[in-house]
Amino acid sequence: MAERVVENLNQALHALLADDPALTVLGEDLVDPYGGAFKVTRGLSARWPERVLSTPLSEGGIVGVAGGLALAGQSAIVEIMFSDFVALAFDQLLNFASKSTAMYGRRVPMRLVVRCPTGGNRGYGPTHSQSPLKHFIGIPGLSVHEVSPFHDNRTVLAGMLATGRPGLLFEDKVLYTTRMYADGVVDELFRYDLIGPDADVARIRVDEEEQADCVLVVPGGLAARAVSVARELLLRDDIVCQVLVPSRLWPLDSDNLLPPIARAGRVVVAEESTAGGTWGAELAQVVHRRLWGSLRAPVRLVHSADSVIPTAAHLERTVLVQDTDIHQAVKEVVSGD
Amino acid sequence: MTATRTEAAPIAPTRLADADLDLLLLIRHFELALLDMFGRGELHGTTHTCLGQEYVPVALRPLLDDGDFVFSNHRGHGHYLARFDDPHGLLAEVMGREGAVCHGVGGSQHILRDRYLSTGVQGESAPVAAGVALHLKRTEPGRLALVYLGDGTWGEGAVYEALNMAALWGLPLLLVVENNGIAQSTPTDAQLAGSIGGRARAFGVDHLRVTSTDTEVVRAALTPVLRRVRERSTPYVVELLTHRVGPHSKGDDSRRPEEIAHARAHDWYARYAQAYPEQFGAHDERQRAYVAQVVADVAGRPASRWAEADRG
Repeated sequence: MAERVVENLNQALHALLADDPALTVLGEDLVDPYGGAFKVTRGLSARWPERVLSTPLSEGGIVGVAGGLALAGQSAIVEIMFSDFVALAFDQLLNFASKSTAMYGRRVPMRLVVRCPTGGNRGYGPTHSQSPLKHFIGIPGLSVHEVSPFHDNRTVLAGMLATGRPGLLFEDKVLYTTRMYADGVVDELFRYDLIGPDADVARIRVDEEEQADCVLVVPGGLAARAVSVARELLLRDDIVCQVLVPSRLWPLDSDNLLPPIARAGRVVVAEESTAGGTWGAELAQVVHRRLWGSLRAPVRLVHSADSVIPTAAHLERTVLVQDTDIHQAVKEVVSGD
Repeated sequence: MTATRTEAAPIAPTRLADADLDLLLLIRHFELALLDMFGRGELHGTTHTCLGQEYVPVALRPLLDDGDFVFSNHRGHGHYLARFDDPHGLLAEVMGREGAVCHGVGGSQHILRDRYLSTGVQGESAPVAAGVALHLKRTEPGRLALVYLGDGTWGEGAVYEALNMAALWGLPLLLVVENNGIAQSTPTDAQLAGSIGGRARAFGVDHLRVTSTDTEVVRAALTPVLRRVRERSTPYVVELLTHRVGPHSKGDDSRRPEEIAHARAHDWYARYAQAYPEQFGAHDERQRAYVAQVVADVAGRPASRWAEADRG
């Protein structure tokens, strides 16, 4: 059985620290025996006490320190305990780390990744459950990625650092305890492969089935839920749905996302962000502009409600995007023409 | 703070080596030339001159090594000129002309050259410099990261986060505070509770306050401080009580005439001219002419270009 996502991330960090003596990992409560709030950094400080640092509660300061290490030619990976708190580091990301790659009139590599445990469905309430990635879309010089059960995190993190462009890696907290997919197999019906020259986009589809009725594009945090919806759609509604999960959300990987969307002519983009200014809206405008002639229906967006995220489970469900919302959206898009 | 602002006129300045005097005057005339060009509509955007504060980077110049990192701020022309002696590159940057240090992308307040960096958000550089200091401590012990801050910058939380980490981790981080008594238009006593020294002490960080505007006196006071930061790998806060003779940026000085007169009374320029008229006169004229020549040269250059490959 494949490893859990949290183990994959932990092993990725072990491997990167072993590979790169210039890498520092820092954040709040990272060192052993605590090993991070979600245990992603477990065991790191025991092996590399000089390069794995627990910091004061200073998100802006920590990302600033990491930016300084990157400026000095080093690599840094920061853990923000809850992605909600990355708001406290917004200045360092918006005005320093990302801008420094270009604002001095030449390319300045900044090898810096900020990891952000993100999302709801764990009853943590309004300030510990958000998916704030949308606030980082469209910042020049800044990349945004999301962990998925299809993408090996060592490859993802090493790739992010290698670009010399600072990036955020959002990690859906619900994913941590789920298992990675391996060997191209999702279940007895679905298979997956990684497409594109950099294998950035996971494509999940019914075995050997090229033609889909609809493409469902989701960030990694929704990948398992999207697969579950695709399975339901196939079995209950006889709708063939292909799921695309890009690792890199920004800049948009249009080259790899657009061809399958064009073939299906119908697309639903689902994400957990609350309404307004979403990643999906950005993807939708690209799809509309580039594929207008091939679309059989407008791009359909599914996201959480325009609301704070309540704590109580029964209330949280009324706000966060649900599998049934995605299912319904695909059915409507497919039956609408 | 009020007491220090009403101190008696300082004693006669120390006679400076020609090189120090030249650098002070280069910075002075560079800044005056910028204001003059703005006044004539020949410059675009904004700038913040360091008139009255030139002696700070000049005093520090021989105390710094090329391997030290310097983080400057919005009021950074003096910091740059003291490090690189490159008025052509800086003016080209401000004017967006060929030969600009950063191809005209950064402008007056965003410059990166070797181990010198300036950027335009207050306090933001302090944690970045702490990160650099962490790197220096590990790989180049004996070198330091210096951050120039103003008194107004102490309103920013980033400064305290950096101080805290620098103290906890024993980082060679030197904060040089140019306390000119005014943050844009707001007097220090209206924007800073307590004192900078008290804030440093709260973190267990040493603090030294220097009131002199005499380059040699300031240098002598700072020499043991930099040695200590290097040898002990420890943060330090140096607070220089200085005087902003010019406006915050271009023509935005809303201080009362007596306040401006007070700042001018502390200006090293007039006092030095009076104390050493012969040395001063010749050097002043030479630097004035040199800057005029730099202006003529750079103004005649074509516009800077930002190549696609340099766009990040």
